[in-house]
Amino acid sequence: MPNLSFTAPTTVDEAVRALAGASGLAKPLAGGTDLLVQMRSGRMRPEMIVDIKRIPDLIGIRETADSFVIGAATPGVMISEHEAFSHAWPGITEGVDLIGSQQIQGRASLVGNLCNASPAADSIPALIAARGIAVIAGPDGKREAAVEAIVTGPGQTSLKKGEFVVEFRVPKPKPRQSDAYLRFIPRTEMDIAVVGCGVNVTLDANGVCTDARVVLGAVAPTQVLVEEGAQALIGHRLDDDTLSRLDAAAQRACKPIDDKRGTIEYRTKVAGVLARRAAKIAFERAQGQRIAGVH
Amino acid sequence: MPKQHVSTIINDEPVEYLCEPQQTLLDVLRDELNLTGSKEGCSSGDCGACTVIVDGDIVCSCLMLGAEAEGRKITTIEGVAEGDKLHPVQQKFLEHAALQCGFCTPGFIVAAKALLDQNLNPTEEETRYWLAGNLCRCTGYDKIIRAVLDAAAVMRTERAEGVR
Repeated sequence: MPNLSFTAPTTVDEAVRALAGASGLAKPLAGGTDLLVQMRSGRMRPEMIVDIKRIPDLIGIRETADSFVIGAATPGVMISEHEAFSHAWPGITEGVDLIGSQQIQGRASLVGNLCNASPAADSIPALIAARGIAVIAGPDGKREAAVEAIVTGPGQTSLKKGEFVVEFRVPKPKPRQSDAYLRFIPRTEMDIAVVGCGVNVTLDANGVCTDARVVLGAVAPTQVLVEEGAQALIGHRLDDDTLSRLDAAAQRACKPIDDKRGTIEYRTKVAGVLARRAAKIAFERAQGQRIAGVH
Repeated sequence: MPKQHVSTIINDEPVEYLCEPQQTLLDVLRDELNLTGSKEGCSSGDCGACTVIVDGDIVCSCLMLGAEAEGRKITTIEGVAEGDKLHPVQQKFLEHAALQCGFCTPGFIVAAKALLDQNLNPTEEETRYWLAGNLCRCTGYDKIIRAVLDAAAVMRTERAEGVR
């Protein structure tokens, strides 16, 4: 890596200028748990590294009246330890928790997990299911985009030169709304998802689903928002019939690869099973919140 | 690009160094500062042999740039013992023979120390998950886990007696 430059700006504007002004590839650095590995292997050859961790507010979670705002460089440990957030969105928190080891959790960020653009990113399905918004800074100022609009393919994002995600806004749950994330791996820890599934539901007082988002990971080039899966849930209680339709919808949404972790047939089947199981947990949590009366 | 000038605190001592932008913290520790206790195993964050504590959290020093250490507080394996007095985790690694070739040991000890710094009474399961990012190809892990749990018991007793 000859002629690599490093800068650690203290404002978003300076970071944008550094990213936009580089003649070659410029990469923002949060936890570095993907970037440094890719630089080492030669897959990524940036000429400029912009460490965004010195910018105020980019590490940590703050609350507004209706949202949680997660700074781009907030490490996994800080998200898991944030009581209000992990209580509000146990599914997103589970996804974050599943990423790597304790050492990786000390550095790796939710925004990095998105922008690395792996279809298997564990924290992203539940984040999309919760209608997370990415706030993006760039040479033309700030813009917002749905989280699902950022990744366009493996390793590819819709971010333009000079742009970087400064924070996620995640709406706070409504009454009787909750989520769950499940992933399947052939061991208990330290592996990459064969399939991941995030489900977010809102129920009425009778346990009937009024809103839902179902998102699959690792079964297509990007995370997949399973519209048909949401429609299978909305207007229904979680009975066998509803679960069957959700299972079938999840399977139909799969366009997986065949690799050593799972065949196409296997991933497709497991996607249906995880959708059922995650939906059960999300429904139970949504009802539990009603009983406990807490958010 | 000129070298980066970094002021940081390593094992409670103020340290200044110059590093290239692409040098990892592990490169700096080993090659510039002669702190060779942290080991380079995989260089991809999988094996944990280079584990250090940065501002209270364990990280793989192979996945952090030396330039990022500006103003941070870092503990390496060299800072775990107090002078000649071994940390209970180190003492119990010896007593339980929790090492064979020893290459993974510094990373395990730093990670285990960080666990016990925040939880003096971890369950076996918590300990195994906490140490899942440290790989050992010799011991089969059981002796390591027993050493850490035993060290926790010693530290609880010391805490109760007001020693630690």
